[in-house]
Formats: sequence, structure tokens, C-alpha cells
Amino acid sequence: MNIIAIIDYGMSNLSSVEKATKYVAPNDSVVVTSSPREIDNADKVIFPGQGAAKNCMESIYDKNLDKIIKKNSKEKPFLGICMGMQVLMSYSEENSGTNCLDIFEGKVKKFKTRKDTKIKIPHMGWNKVSKKNDHPIWYKIKDESYFYFVHSYFIDPIDKSTVIGETKYGDIFSSVIARDNIVAIQGHPEKSSDTGLQFLKNFIGI
Amino acid sequence: MSITKRIIPCLDVDNGRVVKGVKFVDIKDAGDPVEVAKRYNDQGADEITFLDITASSSNRKTILNVVEDVASQVFIPLTVGGGISSVKDIRALLNSGADKITINTAAIKNPDLISEASNAVGNQCIVVAIDAKRKANSPNGISWEIYTHGGRNSTGIDALEWAQNMELRGAGELLVTSMDKDGTKQGFDLELMKAINDKVNIPTIASGGVGTLEDLYDGIEKGKADAVLAASIFHFGTYSIKEAKEYLSKKGINVRNTYD
Repeated sequence: MNIIAIIDYGMSNLSSVEKATKYVAPNDSVVVTSSPREIDNADKVIFPGQGAAKNCMESIYDKNLDKIIKKNSKEKPFLGICMGMQVLMSYSEENSGTNCLDIFEGKVKKFKTRKDTKIKIPHMGWNKVSKKNDHPIWYKIKDESYFYFVHSYFIDPIDKSTVIGETKYGDIFSSVIARDNIVAIQGHPEKSSDTGLQFLKNFIGI
Repeated sequence: MSITKRIIPCLDVDNGRVVKGVKFVDIKDAGDPVEVAKRYNDQGADEITFLDITASSSNRKTILNVVEDVASQVFIPLTVGGGISSVKDIRALLNSGADKITINTAAIKNPDLISEASNAVGNQCIVVAIDAKRKANSPNGISWEIYTHGGRNSTGIDALEWAQNMELRGAGELLVTSMDKDGTKQGFDLELMKAINDKVNIPTIASGGVGTLEDLYDGIEKGKADAVLAASIFHFGTYSIKEAKEYLSKKGINVRNTYD
């Protein structure tokens, strides 16, 4: 039995992530926690999040979770979801500029609607992820599978070899990245029906 | 742009049970929200909307149990509306597993609720429901007025101005229902949809009046809606979600294909 910690830093509603994780890992212990000790103690860590970058970073510092997140992201399977992906980057343009955790080098940028490619913001709905590299997280997931997205900002990592999935919304952006034991996804696997459940299952199996 | 157009079945829930006929051949209990939601998920529904029509306020909490049960077994976005009037109500629903909530009357009574809610839980969770009816006499061409209580009470508010106001205050999406078309099976009010989509840059859901699959197509193609919501054509088995998607796909609309 594995212990899977879902990091709760007060920034989002974690009930969907918790329910989906329990669904794919019925024999594991799933804990929603802000305790550094419990996170350290877990075998795998899920780092979700919603909301604005600045509030997220403030919450992370308030709860003394920055070092724990950095440490755990080096030591064990670690999955960032949505805002939990964005704050892994160095810096976000959101809230007139917010320094983030700098686990991946690169910026978080806002979608822009242009005359030639008019897009609505937030990017809300089901969109395709094109696989860019092989990775165990893609087990049994077809190329160009649909995931559910809700976000207004997207990541632009400097090291493009970390990009394992891309999505087109106006322009093409990096929707899934991975390096060593870290995987991070902009979409919401917990809301992406069978494809999303397979993705979470693959993470649990890593 | 490859984001797909969404198809959303809407279920009326009264005292924790789905009401109005839901016809699936292989379903044991058509009143059980979990069974119905599962079936729509299997057919490829992109989201599910629950409208809580429970009249008595003492039974309002049953919707939280419904959401909790459905969200534990069906993993697509769930939207819940009906009787929501405070940030506290919203948080309770989100904590139970809802992803978005829709607000209509409470936003008209207190437009600040939308800004407050959007700041508290993020605009992606806040859908403002706009029930609009055409005005008989409009000097500047067509115009629409906002109604509450299922189209019974007029407000004097212009629908297009209201849509912009709600976007500014932090609505993440608009659910636009034509009171003239609702229940008629004559198709969406396409001019209303188009007019609202010309004014706002947040996603919109067309609702009210769907009778055929072509109506869904028109809502997307002519009304410029990002999503289409329907109740009776799906519940009474006239069409399945799968048939709707196949039809739209053949006509060149980008939909999430779940049946290859």
C-alpha cells in the first residue's frame, strides 16, 4: 500500500482530485494534507491548485511548504496539476509578476486574443494533447487524446526537452512536462473522464 | 484552435432524485442521479449540469449529497444551479465535488455576489445564468430583457448590458436561455446568442428550445456558442449524446470524439 499525499495549501477545492485519486487507487492511502511531515512521509505527491499565482505562492510560503515541495519533487513521484504546474516554473506574468518555485526554468504567460486568432479566455473545455515524447505517464493513452482544461495562463519552459505534451489554443503551448520523477499537466486529469483516470492511474503506477 | 464545442445534458433534481423522464435502455433506476450521470458520461457528455428544483429550503442539503455521490464516480465537470445565494452556498457545493455553479436570481438581487464569488473561488467556477426574453418594442432593433424565476418576473435589465456587466464582475462563463424558445423545440434564439457573443469574450452556453440535432449545430455555427445545453431531447431518448456528436462532427464541428 502506498501513501499518496495531495498537498493542500488552502488555494483550491481538492475534492475532485481526492475523489479521482481514491477511485484509481482504492488500495492506497490518499491523504489531503498541509503537514510537511505527512508530505515527507508519502510515497507519492500530488500538487494541485487553482486561483491566482500570487495568492498561491503566498499560501505556499505562509504554510512553509516551499522547501518541502522542492525537496519532495526531487525525491519521489510528483504530479503537478493546473496551478500546481504553473508555480513549478521560475516566474509568472500573473498579478503584475510573481516569482514562483523555479523547479522548471521558464515563464508562465497569459493567453492573448489576436485579430487573426480570436480566442476566448479562459481556455475552458476539452482539448487535445499531442504527445511529444515517450513517458510512462502515457501508458494506454492515445496520441491526441482529449483532456479538460480551465486556465488563462500557460507555461513556456526553457528546456523544450521536458515537454511531453502540447496543445493548440490560438498558438501551441506546453500542456504536459516531465523531468526525472516530476510530471506536470495543465489540464485536469481528475475531470477528463476515462483518459484522465488512466493518466492518474499511470502516475500511481510509476 | 482545437478546443471542442461542448454538449451538456441538463438534469432537474428534486429532493435528490432526477425528475423528468430519462430513457436509457439499460438503466435500473432512472431517478438515481449517479446512474443517469454515468450513462451520460459513457455516451460522451462533455459536462453535466444539475438544476436543483427542490422547493423546500429544508431539503436543500440533499443536493450536496447528490453532488458528492456523483463526483465520486463520474469524472467530468459538474455544474450545479438552483437556489444559490451566497459564497457559503458556493463553497459547500464545490467542497462536495461540483466544479462550477450557476447563479441567476441572486446575481440580479446582488451583482456584487459575482465579484465576491469570483474573487473567493476563481472565475472558472462561476457561471451566470441569463434568462432573456425579446422585448416587444425596441427602438434600436431587437433587444432582450432579463427575467428571473423561470421567466415569470421581469427585471427591466437589458440582456446584452447585463452580459457585459457580469463578465466585468468576474463571471467565467454565461449560460444563456431564451425564455421565448425554452420548451418550444423550435431551436435556440440564434440572434440572442450571436448578440451576446459579439459583446463578451468569455465562453457561452446556449440553452432553451432544442428540438433537433440541427438546432445544436445552429447554436454553435450561427449563434457562435461554445457549448450547447439540452434536456428533453436527451432525456426522452430522442437522440443520444453520441448521435449528437456524430451529427455535429459530420457537419464539420469540432467535438470530443469518445467512440473510436
